[in-house]
Amino acid sequence: MRHLLSAASLSRVDALLVLDTAQRMADMTGRTAARTVRKLPTLRGRTVVNLFYEDSTRTRTSFELAAKRLSADVINFSAKGSSVAKGESLKDTALTLEAMGADAVVCRHPSSGAPHRLSGWVRGSVVNAGDGTHEHPTQALLDAFTIRQRLGRVEGLAVTIVGDVLHSRVARSNVWLLSTLGARVTVVAPPTLVPAGIDCWPVDVSYDIDAVLGKSDVVMMLRVQRERMNAAFFPTEREYTRRYGLDADRLAAMPPDSIVMHPGPMIRGMEIASDVADSPRSTIVDQVTNGVSVRMAVLYLLLGGAE
Amino acid sequence: MTARTGEARTGEARTGDTLSGGWLIRGARPLGGAATDLLLRDGIIAAVGPEAAAAAPRGTRVHDATGLIALPGLVDLHTHLREPGREDAETVDTGTQAAALGGYTAVFAMANTDPVADTAGVVEQVWRLGQAAGHCAVHPVGAVTAGLSGTRLAELGAMATSAARVRVFSDDGHCVADPLLMRRALEYVKAFDGVIAQHAEEPRLTEGAQMHEGAVSARLGLPGWPAAAEEAIIARDALLAGQVGSRLHVCHVSTAGSVDIIRWAKARGWRISAEVTPHHLLLTDDLAESYDPVYKVNPPLRTAEDVEALRAGLADGTIDCVATDHAPHAAQDKETEWDAARPGMLGLQTALSIVISTMVEADRLDWAGVADRMSLSPAWIGGLAPAVAAGPAVATGPGVPTGPGLPTGPGVPTDPAAALGPGRPADLLLLDATERWTVEPDRLASRGRNTPYAGMTLPGVVRATFMRGRPTALDGKIQ
Repeated sequence: MRHLLSAASLSRVDALLVLDTAQRMADMTGRTAARTVRKLPTLRGRTVVNLFYEDSTRTRTSFELAAKRLSADVINFSAKGSSVAKGESLKDTALTLEAMGADAVVCRHPSSGAPHRLSGWVRGSVVNAGDGTHEHPTQALLDAFTIRQRLGRVEGLAVTIVGDVLHSRVARSNVWLLSTLGARVTVVAPPTLVPAGIDCWPVDVSYDIDAVLGKSDVVMMLRVQRERMNAAFFPTEREYTRRYGLDADRLAAMPPDSIVMHPGPMIRGMEIASDVADSPRSTIVDQVTNGVSVRMAVLYLLLGGAE
Repeated sequence: MTARTGEARTGEARTGDTLSGGWLIRGARPLGGAATDLLLRDGIIAAVGPEAAAAAPRGTRVHDATGLIALPGLVDLHTHLREPGREDAETVDTGTQAAALGGYTAVFAMANTDPVADTAGVVEQVWRLGQAAGHCAVHPVGAVTAGLSGTRLAELGAMATSAARVRVFSDDGHCVADPLLMRRALEYVKAFDGVIAQHAEEPRLTEGAQMHEGAVSARLGLPGWPAAAEEAIIARDALLAGQVGSRLHVCHVSTAGSVDIIRWAKARGWRISAEVTPHHLLLTDDLAESYDPVYKVNPPLRTAEDVEALRAGLADGTIDCVATDHAPHAAQDKETEWDAARPGMLGLQTALSIVISTMVEADRLDWAGVADRMSLSPAWIGGLAPAVAAGPAVATGPGVPTGPGLPTGPGVPTDPAAALGPGRPADLLLLDATERWTVEPDRLASRGRNTPYAGMTLPGVVRATFMRGRPTALDGKIQ
């Protein structure tokens, strides 16, 4: 594995390797680790650049922490306050980072495929940290990790993804990764937010959340941007919440051991009710914790794993 | 086999005056038929057959075309020459060099330049640049609306009566989306037998669109360009053209549904013509998986089913012609993220090879068919063919094969063989159909390098292009 550009291109073997490596990272540096120094020397002397063209404090911080726990040098190259804001092209930025000797570039970009393009212009490894409405593979890996942590496995589970599938890179990555790992995935959304061409995805599609909750081991709620209703994807926030929001009544309809996930940032009261988000069945905080371990595993495998 | 330009047959070769000196083309196979000789003199085909050599005066140069196929010079209804405004991507000079090397003797230069070709002044400038370059005839297309704004008509009549004699009007790159404005434009150009060439794209349905809407766009997370956005406009415009009895030309048809709608409209006898690009005859949307914007084009590459319908439509004449939509771009406009890139691809030097590959080698068009779809039909649609009686279309009635779907009035060369007969303009190309070549972007004449065919080996090498009896390209070199 040289780059991590999409979950769709991850084989089952590679995906399991990342998850198993992430577990080792968690054991060694996590909150419950026996060590007092929660830092590994693995990537000492290696340079990781966080190239973020979108504001995303949580993802950038997670990658930064992951790289630092592996002792890499981390440079945050954000679009604001750099030459990017002056109109420098992605290619020129890539060549600049290349000239500085970046070993890995973690790229968040509003354009689908930007990390893919970047990987053709730099010699270092490229990690897709979310590109447009395409993919967010480390999010899917941390979600799979969290499912495994809570339920012991991914294979054979019924996973339901609810919300703005059309615009969601999190949904795309999870659909591919979770089906690669053997889960049965159902997406639930108003028909306007289901992409044309979804019939080629390894998923079932439903427009009725209540019809699927009762048989879901995992329910993953996606953020729904309020602006979408201005583009006629749904009439009002209230109607969206009524038809697709996860509230306590719907939580009660789910199997007792099932879990509720959300990639964040969530809009409480819109797609998820506060009492659901804060319930013991919610994994939202675990997902953030696991994100660091998973990203450590990805950087380790791309940069140091072979040695 | 290689065609060679011979020494003077008799006497000395006259330099600098090849037009009056003339050329004797020996052993060429017009439309792939029996080998014969053609004498080009005074800008026309002066003689064909055994008498050609006998009729050649002293000073006539000989071009050995043994085994080569002669076709009438290609005509491109849809070329972006980028001048004025984006001379870093293409100029009239470089673009028409590409045209000549590709076998073209006439191109229609689209109006979306900067400034827009929406006044007599700009179209005359482009026309004069074409004359000065001398590589092929340049016929400017006039904008339908001022500044391509889609809000008010440009001075269509002034452009029609200018030195450039504009007959084709298009806001290409933009759709004339306002139905009332489209109706008025269709009606208005009847006064000078003009035609509106519509870029069929419902703008609201394609806001932010990046590629064909379907399985691939869903996976890649690129906003989709639905087929219905093209088909809805074609259906609307066909109804309008039928209602007011005007001529409509549909640019770059890209979907199977569009072919069906055009077939339906033509069956009603409406005066509608349509073009397909070489890239829509060959390439499909899955190429976007590379995220390389060299495959980004508008309308987008579609599915294999669409490609098949377009080939069938071109074969049966529902689609009248092949037009390149040659769209050069500077490197910085393509070496970007997908959604930041400009849409479009080079086409002039590869069009004939793509048509051979997709249509001739598949036995869907013979050489007469190629001549019709790439030369005679586009010339007629663009108003280049000898005067055609104005008036309503010849109604063919449903069920009757309509051929190119246009009235076959006097002057329309319905017999492609006649296009290379005595007395016709000496616009022709000589093709080695047995030879193959590999596309190398750096060796193309265009300033832009954005060909989607880089590295592909394609059939058909243009050995020579003659315009009005004068060679514009010989063995891959501009004359």
